[in-house]
Amino acid sequence: MLTKRIIPCLDVRGGRVVKGVHFDGLRDVDDPVTLAHYYNDSGADELVFYDITASYEGRPLFADALRRVAAEVFIPLTVGGSINTLADFDRVLKCGADKVSVNSGAIRNPAIIGEAARRYGDQCVVLSMDVKRINGRFHVFAKGGREDTGLDAVEWVKRGEGSGAGEVVVNSIDTDGVRGGFDLEMLTAIGDAVSLPLIASGGAGCKEDFLSLFALPRVDAGLAASIFHSREVDIKELKRYLRDNGVPMRV
Amino acid sequence: MIAVVDYGVGNLYSLTCSLNHIGAQAVVTRDEAALCAAEKIILPGVGAFGDAADKLRALKLDMLLKDQAALGKPLLGVCLGMQLLFDQSEEYGLHEGLGLVHGRVISLASKVSRLKVPHMGWNSLMIQKPDDPLMAGVREGDYVYFVHSFYAADCEASLVASAEYGIPVAGVVRSGSVCGTQFHPEKSGEVGLRILASFAKGAA
Repeated sequence: MLTKRIIPCLDVRGGRVVKGVHFDGLRDVDDPVTLAHYYNDSGADELVFYDITASYEGRPLFADALRRVAAEVFIPLTVGGSINTLADFDRVLKCGADKVSVNSGAIRNPAIIGEAARRYGDQCVVLSMDVKRINGRFHVFAKGGREDTGLDAVEWVKRGEGSGAGEVVVNSIDTDGVRGGFDLEMLTAIGDAVSLPLIASGGAGCKEDFLSLFALPRVDAGLAASIFHSREVDIKELKRYLRDNGVPMRV
Repeated sequence: MIAVVDYGVGNLYSLTCSLNHIGAQAVVTRDEAALCAAEKIILPGVGAFGDAADKLRALKLDMLLKDQAALGKPLLGVCLGMQLLFDQSEEYGLHEGLGLVHGRVISLASKVSRLKVPHMGWNSLMIQKPDDPLMAGVREGDYVYFVHSFYAADCEASLVASAEYGIPVAGVVRSGSVCGTQFHPEKSGEVGLRILASFAKGAA
């Protein structure tokens, strides 16, 4: 039986993981390789790396970090952050990414979805979208959630599926960082519009939030960062808890 | 030495890293002499069947792989590489495969209307032939990572292991020294590494 997936997300800047990481027993906690090993051993089903490097000087450091992770961690790796062109796809795929997540780049140039899907296969193209409620509708935001594009999220995800995206990440700006649970209403509205595998992001605060999330039949995976980094939620325990409550999990 | 066929398709970095990790010597090549000299060959692949089959033919690697298989050289196809081992595929038109394993590759969407396609994620294996050398380190129910929209049908005779996704999906197949995995062993954690190690170290 196909399992639901738990995916920790690592923000990498200048070759180091940023954001509060508080692990016991790990010496170099902001080294991507150390953390990737930790998550691999905790039963994470995939890893997502966001390259939040502000400058081009950071690119080689990110590439090096990714290469080192890919050389030692044998679960799927998704890379996102500043993906605008096919050359960007090529660059991260050659460093060991299995999937590439495109967000603002696809808003600026929607053709990139189809071009990348034709060259690298649908399975490789992850459409990531930051979504916020505006006057009762779901709007897609660009530039890390700072700019309202006016695009309707349901229309946008359908367009992405039609263009050849193989998977979609829905990050709710409304619930992100609040730790009050995933945005079930938003995920249902967007999930019902497509048949793509759907990764939910934004709002995880405790293990019960994942149980509510996976009650939605359209959701395939839950993504989170800080609650895993801070170890408020331990992935092994989370997956056992979900399995014991009837969610198919690789434990 | 294991030769990983480089025909411009797929993420060869992960595959070679995983082979290095289990202590196998691997070379990525499309050179005829290197492929003939290798003890074993891995045929990787992601993307579309037609494109990949065309690329193999354009590089004359199709005949080479058939000749090597006929000599009994162990050959492992991974994901699209497994599908290429079959007689034909119906992915965007009808395409001829290598014909090393009997069966045809057809659309999953046409069979599992209520489930999502691609079949993406970790699925558990049901083992039909536990004595197969590739299954030496694998237990019934072990999870492996799948990503695909087409699957191999009419291949019961060569079926080693399968996964349930609305229908039984061929996960591992074998015909003589030619074998294949629909899932990505290089992305399937410890279980996947054990499968690669069985291929690397086994006689077949």
